[in-house]
Amino acid sequence: MSAALDSRAPSIAHLRSIAAPAADYRVLPFGVGEIDSRLGAGGLRAGGLHEATARSASLVDDAATTLFLAGIAAREAANTGAPVLWASCRADLYAPGLAQAGLPPANVIHAQPRDDAALLAVIEDAVRDGTPSVIVAEASKVPMVATRRLQLVATESDMPVLLLRRRRGRDQDPLAEPSAAWTRWRIGTAPSERLRVASVGRPRWAVELTRQRGGAPFSLIVESSDETGRLAVPAEFGRRAAETVGTARYSAA
Amino acid sequence: MRELGRRSEAASHPFKGAANAVPPKAIAAPPAVEYAPLALVGNVGRREEVVAACSAAIALGIHPGMAATHARALVSDLDFRPAEPEADAALLDRLALLAVRRWSPIAAGTPPDGIWIDLTGCEHLHGGEERFCRRLLAFCRRAGFTARVAVADTAGAAHALARFGPSDIIRVEPGATAQAIAPLPIASLRLAPTALVAARKFGFERVADLLPVARGPLARRLGLPAITRLDQALGAVAEPITPREDAEVPHVERRLLEPIGTAEAIEQVMADLLRDLAEVLQARGLGARSLRLTGLRIDGGEQTVAVGTSRPTREVSHLLRLLKLRIERIDPGLGLEQFSLVAPHTELLDAADLGAVLAGETLVRDPSRLVDVIAGRIGPSSVFRVVPLESHVPERAATRSDPVEATGSWPRWERPIRLFARAEPLFGVMALMPDQPPRRFEWRGKPHKVVAADGPERIHGEWWRRDAETWAVRDYYRVEDEEGGRYWVFRRGDGVEGHTGDLTWWMHGIFA
Repeated sequence: MSAALDSRAPSIAHLRSIAAPAADYRVLPFGVGEIDSRLGAGGLRAGGLHEATARSASLVDDAATTLFLAGIAAREAANTGAPVLWASCRADLYAPGLAQAGLPPANVIHAQPRDDAALLAVIEDAVRDGTPSVIVAEASKVPMVATRRLQLVATESDMPVLLLRRRRGRDQDPLAEPSAAWTRWRIGTAPSERLRVASVGRPRWAVELTRQRGGAPFSLIVESSDETGRLAVPAEFGRRAAETVGTARYSAA
Repeated sequence: MRELGRRSEAASHPFKGAANAVPPKAIAAPPAVEYAPLALVGNVGRREEVVAACSAAIALGIHPGMAATHARALVSDLDFRPAEPEADAALLDRLALLAVRRWSPIAAGTPPDGIWIDLTGCEHLHGGEERFCRRLLAFCRRAGFTARVAVADTAGAAHALARFGPSDIIRVEPGATAQAIAPLPIASLRLAPTALVAARKFGFERVADLLPVARGPLARRLGLPAITRLDQALGAVAEPITPREDAEVPHVERRLLEPIGTAEAIEQVMADLLRDLAEVLQARGLGARSLRLTGLRIDGGEQTVAVGTSRPTREVSHLLRLLKLRIERIDPGLGLEQFSLVAPHTELLDAADLGAVLAGETLVRDPSRLVDVIAGRIGPSSVFRVVPLESHVPERAATRSDPVEATGSWPRWERPIRLFARAEPLFGVMALMPDQPPRRFEWRGKPHKVVAADGPERIHGEWWRRDAETWAVRDYYRVEDEEGGRYWVFRRGDGVEGHTGDLTWWMHGIFA
């Protein structure tokens, strides 16, 4: 019996490997099982363009999106030891807040081009240069052709490009425009856990993956990234902390 | 003129002496000046002295070393100007550089008023020593300088003869140094003031007085440095000249057979020039911090583009990429036929220590290339890092800095990810005094009901900046509304003392 199992075991492993989505590329895992298991290759593709946009036109959703991308960038920067390039035409990003999301001054180079066209050119230059570990860009006007170019150069140099798509108008949804991005996210804030004291708990975000190549869309409530850029999944009602890999959780009941 | 002589002599009267001290030559040919006589006044020790005077002023009895008030009393319409020793030194340095470029590779300025030129082996290039001296004097006259030239075996002797010799051009035959300097006063030997005083005390007036004296007693009386100076003048002690370095700007150029006008051709020329320049830089151990490419059009116009780098580099591919960004700014017109590439700003670039790479230590990626590329595209002021400043006021806590390197961190107080440049006012705020967070507020026309809050974090104004901040207080709260939006709001004033603020509420930033 056991011999029969042994003889069958390799073939099962083989079948599993066939059934698993083909991923011959490097991935950036979130370190959170709920998200990683639903992403095509167990994480974000390293050489790819990833878009995120705010769920609504409100500034809090925009801030949540910013922090979501900052967390991804912080983890990758810590892994590779290279700086993150943060390109934005606006100047309201607050560096102390960014440092608390895991990107201290030693890890971020800011670029502030005049307009979106210059911004896209800067990103492309930077990806081809290959020095930064991650590129985070905030842009509103990104044509389909530009996303395609970015996706191609990102794949070539195996560098994640995280694009924060800004809304151009109150009712305009950037994710309605076509794009060649590998994944497209929509991030919004969610009420945090109510603590016994009248204090603000760990922020929660409503994370919705609207499109990914090689996988299905999903939506999830996560707890915000900590100072190392790691997300967490809130514990279900009546249970203690859910599994998180190396995440410092608040001692919330 | 000597105002105070030896003890046996009476002090000469300054006014009486002035007439005697006028050199007979100056009387014979009074300088034709259309300006007032000029004298430079500087501080020597604690007194104000005339440090230099023009020949017209000297003819009037002004001489260096005279008290400035004395000189003013002597000549009322004298043009007094402050002495600028730094400017003099800079001019002398320029002259020395010119000497290095034109006359001899070994030349140096000897402050305050001399230049040494080592003529050994180059005098024939200038038609012999005699002719060289005449040409040098003619050059100085054209340039507006009064000059005296002395050629001698040793730098010390030439120095002495040029200042104290009998004529403007003095040539000393080889081996005749001792006789030539013997009649000169001992001040010509560049002695320290104390040694000069001692020499005068012992009755040494001329160099000839020193020559027969035994060295031991002389050293005891005048000090060893005086002996060294004497030996340097006589050639017994070597006195090498440290030449003025002539840093040559790395420069390469290419002349083309046919005029070119296409971007590809210009790029090719750029690559060729960069390779040439890289060799030049490599040979000198330099890296370029800036490059200037000049293209000469066939109609005589010039097209110039320049790039800069944040670190010294001579990497061809990197520099080529920076230059390629500038191709569109070159207007070829009818065609460009000659290119030159100059590195006006270079810095030392030697082999760098890689560290323990073999031992598995990862190399920190150098961001300067990336910075150059981005700066080349959007301008150097648009690439930056944000570093901490020593301030608790949020909008002053961060500043832009050099993009290549940055360090520092902020205190671990909770800070928003977006901060408004100007805080926005909140309306309809319901909050308990003195230290409760708001229960509701309206911001941008929308009401928010607060369900949770942290705070206050009290931040005091910086009294050393403005008077208005002396008592100013802001109480910051981190509040969350019903929909999960987390905001950073503050109230002006501590809620107890009226002068700390007007108790208005403001929105300053947004957490996620």
